[in-house]
Amino acid sequence: MLIPVLIGVSVLTFMIMRAAGDPVTAYLQNPEKATEQQIQAIIKKYHLDEPNYIQYWYWLDGIVHGDWGISQQSKEPVTETLAKKFPATFELALVATALAVSIGISVGTRAAVRVNSAFDQGTRVVSLIGVSIPVFWLGVLLLALFYYQLNWAPEPGRIDKEFDIVPKYTNFMLIDSALNLNFDMFVNAIAHLVLPAITLCFASTAIIIRIMRSSMLEVLGAEYVRTARSKGLPENVVTRKHARRNALIPTTTVVGLSFGGLLGGAILTETIFLWPGLGQWSAGAALNLDTAGIMGFTMLTAFIYVLANLTVDLIYARLDPRVRLG
Amino acid sequence: MNPLKEEKSAPKKAPATPGKGREAPTTSGRLLGEVRRALAPRIRELKFDFHLMSRSLTSLAGLFLLAVLIAVAAFPWLLTEPAPGRDPYLLPFDRNTPDPLPPSADHLFGTGKYGADIFYGVVWGSRISMSFAIQVVGLSVIFGTILGLISGYKGGLIDEVMMRVTDVFLSIPSLVLVMAIAAALGKNLESTKLALMAVWWSGYTRIIRGQVLSVRENTYIDAARASGSGELKIMFRHALPNSWPPVLVAATMDMGSVVLTMAALSFLGLGAQSGYSEWGKMVYDGQQYFYRGDWWMVVFPGMAILVFVMAFNLLGDGLRDVLDPKMRR
Repeated sequence: MLIPVLIGVSVLTFMIMRAAGDPVTAYLQNPEKATEQQIQAIIKKYHLDEPNYIQYWYWLDGIVHGDWGISQQSKEPVTETLAKKFPATFELALVATALAVSIGISVGTRAAVRVNSAFDQGTRVVSLIGVSIPVFWLGVLLLALFYYQLNWAPEPGRIDKEFDIVPKYTNFMLIDSALNLNFDMFVNAIAHLVLPAITLCFASTAIIIRIMRSSMLEVLGAEYVRTARSKGLPENVVTRKHARRNALIPTTTVVGLSFGGLLGGAILTETIFLWPGLGQWSAGAALNLDTAGIMGFTMLTAFIYVLANLTVDLIYARLDPRVRLG
Repeated sequence: MNPLKEEKSAPKKAPATPGKGREAPTTSGRLLGEVRRALAPRIRELKFDFHLMSRSLTSLAGLFLLAVLIAVAAFPWLLTEPAPGRDPYLLPFDRNTPDPLPPSADHLFGTGKYGADIFYGVVWGSRISMSFAIQVVGLSVIFGTILGLISGYKGGLIDEVMMRVTDVFLSIPSLVLVMAIAAALGKNLESTKLALMAVWWSGYTRIIRGQVLSVRENTYIDAARASGSGELKIMFRHALPNSWPPVLVAATMDMGSVVLTMAALSFLGLGAQSGYSEWGKMVYDGQQYFYRGDWWMVVFPGMAILVFVMAFNLLGDGLRDVLDPKMRR
């Protein structure tokens, strides 16, 4: 399943890239200063004077062997930039996912258990706003309020300047600060993460709350829940062990799907909070028509998204004994 | 539910929709009667739909918001008139006031840089958003539905190929893919529209195909085939009407998602350019002033997007409840 999809993705991105403009620039460090000789060498190397399907073959060969072209924006091979920017985005996305899943599941469960209560009604309003609010507007509002007006949040970015000299091993700020046993830096990194993570997780949280609430409601009406109650089990055991475990099954699927929205949302969130990750960089690539950069980002996100959904399928099989893999 | 009652009420109600009567393949009386009888329960269902809709407070709220939005989008000049001879989608400017002004009687929502009237932008922005969303969702639904119908009904190799193609489109996060295509096509609203259309159809194809797969196993499809109906007629007259409700719900909600994506791309600098009455771009243009404390340039256009998307989400929720056979009882 994975391989055909990825081949399809590569064909699609190849087509977009060719529609975007001159393929030669995607392999040059400095297209303005390139000599005729260099251009000819590139054309020969990637067979750019031959039909498209042959070009695609040589291009794919390059992709598989780590030659993703040169980004005009960062003036270096795309793969290097992707590797450099990846930890920032991954850290943010991970924190946002953790927030979305934990808040979504607990709030969704509570809303279903106390259906039609004030808590439930409030949850419905908040989740409706969550799925309707533009990510970028929310980000701008939070930044204006908590940084520019109240000055509670640190300035946009991943970490304060004073920690620039601290050695970085992994480029994950939370891990790096822990490795350096630098508690101040750890707290600082978390403070920088709060607003972007809230912005990024808001929509996914709302979606997870909704699906959790509705599947919980369905499960709570099931016969086996009544059986559990009639056996005299305490209510919280019934909700947690009998109902919630089953309600988690549809929720897991949605978590995987909303991860795609998270990757898209990262473009906007990172742009607003000056987060030096893939999202911010890809927005720049799209604006400057950096074809190699756009292609690299698209391929990488597709790969991550497909992997995330594969992981969800595996979790699914664990949660639901009726699902057998293979 | 009494069949006798149905027949009695049929002749009274059928003329209410003359379009359906004309669709009868031949005008012979027998067939016309058949159509009338077939129509009666459908009309009753429709009335029941409205009854269910009106019972839910949230979908009523959605309908109300939507009515206001449609009215504003259809007749924006009643609220604020464009200067004659000027592109109505461009914000009106005033060279004499370079700095933004707070809301006042002259400018209800205040002004932006060089006197750009925010109220004007919010009003005409609704027209841009509405027509954009209708075009993108409309064409994607038509295209996606036809492909899904063929895929699900024909099955076999066609289905296999079609599903792998949709897999590819669905395995790239939509905003990422739309951004890549829009960047390749150029920085304007037209190319954003094309990019969204190129991406959005795949979801509908999947939904319709899944529905058709179960619908085609029904006896009435066999009956239609046995009575000599052609493939096309079975697909469009029998399979489609029984498969479309989930698409209708998805399309309603997608009206909002499409506008969110459009606004996001404009915010990033790919869609509408500065000076246009496009909500996402207006938020971007007001951003720098907002951080200094001048709130109106960001708050009003953002609220407009929120209300627009919320209206369609509320309506979509309501529609889902109405169309879901499990919920109707």
